[in-house]
Amino acid sequence: MKEWLTRLTAAFGPAGREEEVRDLLRQELSRLGETDVVVDDLGNLIVSRGKGEDKRIMVAAHMDGVGFMVTSIEENGFLRFAPIGGIQVHSLPGTRLKFSRGINGVIGQEKIKEQKALDFSKLFIDIAAAGREEAEEKVQIGDTAVFAAPLVQERERFIAGTMDNRAGCAVLLETIRRLPADLPQPVTFVFTVQEEVGLRGAQVVAYRIRPHFGLAVDVTRTGDTPEPQFKTAVSLGKGPTVKLKDNSVICHPRITALMRRVADAQAIPYQLEVLEQGGTDAGAIHLSREGVPTGALSIPCRYIHTPGEMVDGNDMENSVSLLLALLQTAW
Amino acid sequence: MFLRELSELPGVSGNEGRVRDFIREKLSAWGIRHDCDALGNLYAYKGDGATGAALNLMLAAHMDEVGLMVSAIEKSGHLRFYKVGGIDEQFLVSCPVYVGNAGIPGVIGAKAVHLQKKEERGKPLEVDNLYIDIGAKDKDDAAKVIKVGDYVSFAARAATFADTFKGKALDNRAGCAALLEILQRDFPGSFTAVFTVQEEIGSRGARAAAYRLNPRMALVVETTIAADLPDVEEKDQVTLLGKGPAFTLQDDSLIVHPRILERLMAVAQGKGIPCQFRRFTGSFTDGGSISQTREGVPTGVISTPCRYLHGPASLLCLDDWRNLVEVVDGFIDSVMAKGL
Amino acid sequence: MELEDFLKEITEGDGVSGYEESIAAAVARAFSPYVAEVRRDNLGNLIIYIKGKGAPAPRIMFCAHMDEIGFIVTSITEKGFLRFGTLGGFDLRTLPGQEVTIHGKEKYPGVIGRLPPHLRKGEKEKKAPELEDLFIDTGLFPEAVRAGIEVGAVVAIRRDMIALRHRCRAGKAFDDRAGVAVLWQCARELSRMEHEADVYLVATVQEEVGVRGAVVSTYGLAPDLGVAVDVCHGDFPGALEHEVSPLGKGPVITSGPNIHPRLYERLLAVASDYKLPHGKDVSPGPTGTDARAIQVSREGIPAALLSVPLRYMHTSVELLDLDDMKGAGRLLAFFAAGVDRAFVEELTCF
Repeated sequence: MKEWLTRLTAAFGPAGREEEVRDLLRQELSRLGETDVVVDDLGNLIVSRGKGEDKRIMVAAHMDGVGFMVTSIEENGFLRFAPIGGIQVHSLPGTRLKFSRGINGVIGQEKIKEQKALDFSKLFIDIAAAGREEAEEKVQIGDTAVFAAPLVQERERFIAGTMDNRAGCAVLLETIRRLPADLPQPVTFVFTVQEEVGLRGAQVVAYRIRPHFGLAVDVTRTGDTPEPQFKTAVSLGKGPTVKLKDNSVICHPRITALMRRVADAQAIPYQLEVLEQGGTDAGAIHLSREGVPTGALSIPCRYIHTPGEMVDGNDMENSVSLLLALLQTAW
Repeated sequence: MFLRELSELPGVSGNEGRVRDFIREKLSAWGIRHDCDALGNLYAYKGDGATGAALNLMLAAHMDEVGLMVSAIEKSGHLRFYKVGGIDEQFLVSCPVYVGNAGIPGVIGAKAVHLQKKEERGKPLEVDNLYIDIGAKDKDDAAKVIKVGDYVSFAARAATFADTFKGKALDNRAGCAALLEILQRDFPGSFTAVFTVQEEIGSRGARAAAYRLNPRMALVVETTIAADLPDVEEKDQVTLLGKGPAFTLQDDSLIVHPRILERLMAVAQGKGIPCQFRRFTGSFTDGGSISQTREGVPTGVISTPCRYLHGPASLLCLDDWRNLVEVVDGFIDSVMAKGL
Repeated sequence: MELEDFLKEITEGDGVSGYEESIAAAVARAFSPYVAEVRRDNLGNLIIYIKGKGAPAPRIMFCAHMDEIGFIVTSITEKGFLRFGTLGGFDLRTLPGQEVTIHGKEKYPGVIGRLPPHLRKGEKEKKAPELEDLFIDTGLFPEAVRAGIEVGAVVAIRRDMIALRHRCRAGKAFDDRAGVAVLWQCARELSRMEHEADVYLVATVQEEVGVRGAVVSTYGLAPDLGVAVDVCHGDFPGALEHEVSPLGKGPVITSGPNIHPRLYERLLAVASDYKLPHGKDVSPGPTGTDARAIQVSREGIPAALLSVPLRYMHTSVELLDLDDMKGAGRLLAFFAAGVDRAFVEELTCF
């Protein structure tokens, strides 16, 4: 799984421009021998197992990450930009970016009186261009960039700029690899698009698939750092979480109970998650058509939406174990 | 070109009737089949519905404009009001308006400046400090001609000077006028043009319309901010008047589908039509609702740049508007010829 | 059972957004003598079906949300106090001192605590509490807390209904169990009338966290029209006249872009014809009720809103007049009885 994580986190894929991640996933799925692989009009990657529609489970992990879009190229060669997805402006000055065609950049900041009044209009991207003409040779208005933060490992922990949600994609991929052909109910895995800008891919693909149950696999924040922003009881290294609620969804009690039963039966460590803010694809799935009982399994992650997103390798292994056990149980 | 009539008609979100009737009359005169739904969206079916049916192309422009709604009648006969949609409050004071379906004339007043304390003058006037004066003697007198819940729109005559058009509600009567222009032309296949309702209060009409039509692709025809004004830096201008129609890249509701964006750009280039990007990723249009319908719809947005949107006197460049019509025309031809 | 008894039973019970199970059971029981069928959908919305005589019958949906605002435990401190988050919107200033019920392994009583004044230093003293300043105290030792309560436990406000003068009653969760009681009143009245339309009464879930129940229940039923029954702000000293409605003068019928004009006219006409006292109000945008979801479901569904005036909304002493509720139930029943295929067909195309 580390190899997949390395390659997935290196792939370029801000919301709306997930091609590279999707192509990488398609390649891997092909190598794994998956045949029922489809891409819809918005770019969601859909992999189905098992025939029939009876009690189909949809498992979703989003491929996209947060990013930046160029909105202006100035006379002096600096670029102005807008964020794609929710990014804290204070985490940006001095961060390194990469554009889709490999151009590198750095975010700089204009002088302001009070640092806490910082907003996006005071930031710019420096791509080392002497002036507008040179800049226009390298980038265009509408081009996108992401944090340049390749994967590094510290003991059992992995740090990269796109753990949200390539970690979830890696968990899905590993699950698909180890999932036996014989299952108690059919399952469709979806690598969704545009989660970061409003759960958009999940909304339309849930409509298409009409699942009976939904499960989102995403990262979630932890409360185990000094004076955390939100006092959540989730910690790195204590196992995947069974999400109870976040801003986008109150997980169906029957599904959370099932997840806990299975985890207990398989002796897989897990944590209970209540998130004050934030949402996941589960938010879109559960409100599709006549409603879909939906839950979520989260991978604890520190420093979400920064270049230093950190997950624990054991949490990822346990996430796969839990997901495998769940899909081999009758829902 | 019906820009003038459309601009002057009252049609605040939720009360689009007169705009709908005007457009319906034209569609009937041109023999274009049309109907509407339970929200008031107006559907125009161009072509015989057979050729190009597989294409299932949806064009959309919203009929509603931002405005006000009477919230209370004071004992003195003055009217208090709510905003309907994101009307720019700073444009309200001293505006002439029409109240209710009878179009009772009124003016928006506030305390005369001479009577204001120095600190008061420094603060922008908010809705709570404003009221509409229809010249009534008292509450009963006012209640003879208007009622709480009446919609209020700007009273503004449209005008053209040089190649500039001025009027209220250019957002989005300019879009409606563009669609009417397109509907008069001939195309080798069929498509549906929807004049939507209640865009300004959350793209509500478009949501239902897209569900009903279940299109395979959609193009929203809109207006967008032109902030090419004094003291505005280039990076904040969004679009400029006179530089052609603007293509949206992304806004808060939608990331424009790359294939639609490419096709729009190719069409403009092929026809030698100047165009620009909308250099701003905020705000929303019907595109967001449409794109998120059912299994998802590749959607794009093309806009006429407009100064002072959401106020009583917006400006657009007629050349930009005409060029927008040509790009939309070319886009339809292109997708009919070779799909998306 | 009388309207007041039903209101008391369902408002004293707990059913926080997302966890409406037990209240749904009580509601279902109360409706069963009057209706053909009761079922729950995928999100837990309770759908009560009353068959009409028409063939084909027009489909009418009335909905009121049965969820109440509440809390969820986010962590347990070393000393056994509970930190919590909200499910739905609260005025945090109304919380200190409030009694609650924690749904752990059993139901535990608790109190929402706050630091005493002499310990609230400096700036913080002048400001309203924030969530991180509040905690729930069960009075139990930490081991007992941990043995019985875990992260994610749901917490509801505890309040017995209070009978005030005349027909005024105060309690918690009147927003919107009063609406559910109106639906019950409607069912009783309808059982004595002939009607062409099939009527679906829906006690929706999760309205307080984003009208979520109504989104899926409306999609599932695909009715020809829908009326949401909710509460609106009742009058109180210092309120701007146009923002509130008087208690005791009947339910309020709303107009505005969220409301189909013909449904509005018809509700007014029915109220007038049957001499039912009523008020009117306007909303310039999508209302903060299930009607918001109904109007844009599928191809668009004609929507309307009927409200019971309620003072002190989202506190544990929400206050209303029982006669306003009764009037609302009757209005809905008379309205439903008058809906036929012709009326429904006129709703499409303005």
